[in-house]
Amino acid sequence: MPELEIIVIAIILVQACILPGVFLVLRGMSLMSDAISHASLLGIVIAFFYARSLDSPLLIISAGLTGLVTVMITEWLISTKRLKEDAAIGLVFPLFFSIGVILISKYMGSIHIDSDCVLFGEIAFTPFERLNMFSYDLGPVALWIMSFILIVNSSLTFIFYKELKISTFDKSLAHALGFSPILIHYGLMIMTSITAVGAFESVGSILVVALMITPPATAFLLTKRLSRMIIVSSIVGILSVLIGYLGAFALDVSISGAIVSCSGLLFLITLFFSPKSGLIIKVIKFNENKLTFSTRMLLVQLLDHEGKSNEILENTISNMITHMNWPEKFAKKVAKFAVQKNYILRSGNDLKLTNFGREVAKHTLQWT
Amino acid sequence: MHDVISSLFLNYTFLIVIIGTSIIGSVAGSLGVFAVLRRQSLLGDCIAHAALPGICIAFLISVSKQSWTLLAGAIVAGVIGALLLHLIQEYSELKRDAALGIILSVFFGFGLVLLTYIQSQEISEQSGLNVYLFGNAATLLRNDIYVMGSLGIVVILFLILFWKEFKVVSFDKDFASTLGFPQKRIDFFITFLTVISIVVGLQAVGVVLMSALIIAPAVAARQWTDQLYKMVMLSALFGILSSVSGVIISSLYEKMPTGPVIVIMVSIIVVISLFFAPKRGIFVSYIRHINQKLTIHSDRVLLNLYQFSEVQKDPTFAHDITVLDFVGEGSTLSILNKLKNKKLVYNPRNGYWGLSIKGVKYVKNLLKETKNA
Repeated sequence: MPELEIIVIAIILVQACILPGVFLVLRGMSLMSDAISHASLLGIVIAFFYARSLDSPLLIISAGLTGLVTVMITEWLISTKRLKEDAAIGLVFPLFFSIGVILISKYMGSIHIDSDCVLFGEIAFTPFERLNMFSYDLGPVALWIMSFILIVNSSLTFIFYKELKISTFDKSLAHALGFSPILIHYGLMIMTSITAVGAFESVGSILVVALMITPPATAFLLTKRLSRMIIVSSIVGILSVLIGYLGAFALDVSISGAIVSCSGLLFLITLFFSPKSGLIIKVIKFNENKLTFSTRMLLVQLLDHEGKSNEILENTISNMITHMNWPEKFAKKVAKFAVQKNYILRSGNDLKLTNFGREVAKHTLQWT
Repeated sequence: MHDVISSLFLNYTFLIVIIGTSIIGSVAGSLGVFAVLRRQSLLGDCIAHAALPGICIAFLISVSKQSWTLLAGAIVAGVIGALLLHLIQEYSELKRDAALGIILSVFFGFGLVLLTYIQSQEISEQSGLNVYLFGNAATLLRNDIYVMGSLGIVVILFLILFWKEFKVVSFDKDFASTLGFPQKRIDFFITFLTVISIVVGLQAVGVVLMSALIIAPAVAARQWTDQLYKMVMLSALFGILSSVSGVIISSLYEKMPTGPVIVIMVSIIVVISLFFAPKRGIFVSYIRHINQKLTIHSDRVLLNLYQFSEVQKDPTFAHDITVLDFVGEGSTLSILNKLKNKKLVYNPRNGYWGLSIKGVKYVKNLLKETKNA
């Protein structure tokens, strides 16, 4: 059943990506995953020249080291103060990636990987490369590699959960408690590069960024608790895999691309419709607040001029338009809202406070 | 080798390619300056990747590989990406880097879906869209040059026209607002021009590496000058240099995608600039640092001599070197020998050193300067 195997591999892969991803998103280092996954290509190519096979553990080690070197060079460039952080990130990894791509297209174009595959990978092919031991078929190689990386990532996250959590949210506290933030930082970087390399063959170097960043970012919009964020991102990841796979199957398109698009769609939906912090709810709340506040202002204004000689001139809608600088439409809307709430009585252009409205206006003045 | 190059230059198609890449390099270089100064370097990376689905959709709608339509699609997709980025940043608590990462990778993933969809449709003209991944300057035709050239001229014209606005917004946003400039609109206009300058380069450099051509020339130019117009000129020059040399090299050898070669060329320029630029270069400032250290040491020796001689009331009095060594916390012989070459000290007999007349003048001058400071 290659279809089932693809889905299982994809789910395990997404889970493995999420664990470093959550911390990258929280630490504001999301783009480091982009840099690492691109740069590790060079490590893969170099190791491939020695090992002559894509399954050698040497590849993972070498790619992990290249990822680490990228991070170190980037940080060194920032420390020279000659360029800003974003520019430093954007300089180092394209160079490494370019060298890798040239080596591939020049020396191994026809073997195993070509330069397009570097970008996308092809998860549909993963079931065909199988691990055979003592003439038993043990399943796809990618399944074993990703399961191993998932186990490593989850046990590291589990063991160092407290350290990761404190150093992510409060660096100085972590320092004071005796954890080394630098050690944790580089540990996370190593975890990221190893995961990127493992996922490389299946989803390529750019899409792995999507799997690392998008589900945790979606979860970030939904919850403010680290443990819940991990759980929610893993659910988002599984959903993306399932829906994405079905979509890819129906349209006959790239599976990894469809999974990534699906995770992007889930993110977009959350961004707009999240019940607590979604864009739509924010706009609605903003308008509500604006209306309530403006109504209170209107009441205070009416109270201020009540019983004075110029009351008839001042307490009118046209006066609101000129003095409050409200657009006519908005002024009428506020007046209508106030009438609805039984704060005022309106007859044509003139406005008059009700007893209830007067109470509210006085109460409002007491706040200030 | 010489024959190859000269024959290449006489070749008509190759001339087209050179002109095309010069346009790309100059436009990307000059707009890149503003991206780097506004700390939006990675915006280029994001937009370049985001352009891929735009190219694919434009192809699906028009079923042609006319550069106008494809580039228009890329521009629309780039602008949508930039708008979404703005939306995420303004209205959610996500950090900017996460927003960039999501737009970049998800748009690219969607582009891949479209690319594979096109391939499954068996449209006869579909082959060749892959060029937009890593770029291939050899595919540039005369028509492409017209399109790229006119887009490039528009970008440069706007740059000259709104020079003052761009300058003030890039360096001090708040100041720009207080002067009454519509800061947000100008900001987005710069982003829009950046989108265009990226899109211009997509066919030759590719979506994956186009960002390097935006960032790197500007970073290199920054090392050589402190003035904006010089930086823009230099950056454009570096852009042209790297893209043209990259194209020549990639066409001399087989199986050399253009984008990666250009990135390597531009990276070489960056490394040279970072290390050897006068004033800001890492190597140069290291040497300056050592020189300063030496000057401070030798000034201290001269000052010590002057102060010792106050007792004798003769500033040129010669003292035993052991005293100087003791006060100077280390051997001063090599410093004294260097000072002797400059004729600031003399040693009348072995192991005894004193200030020369010139040396006394030097120290007095030094004391005056420190007092004034």
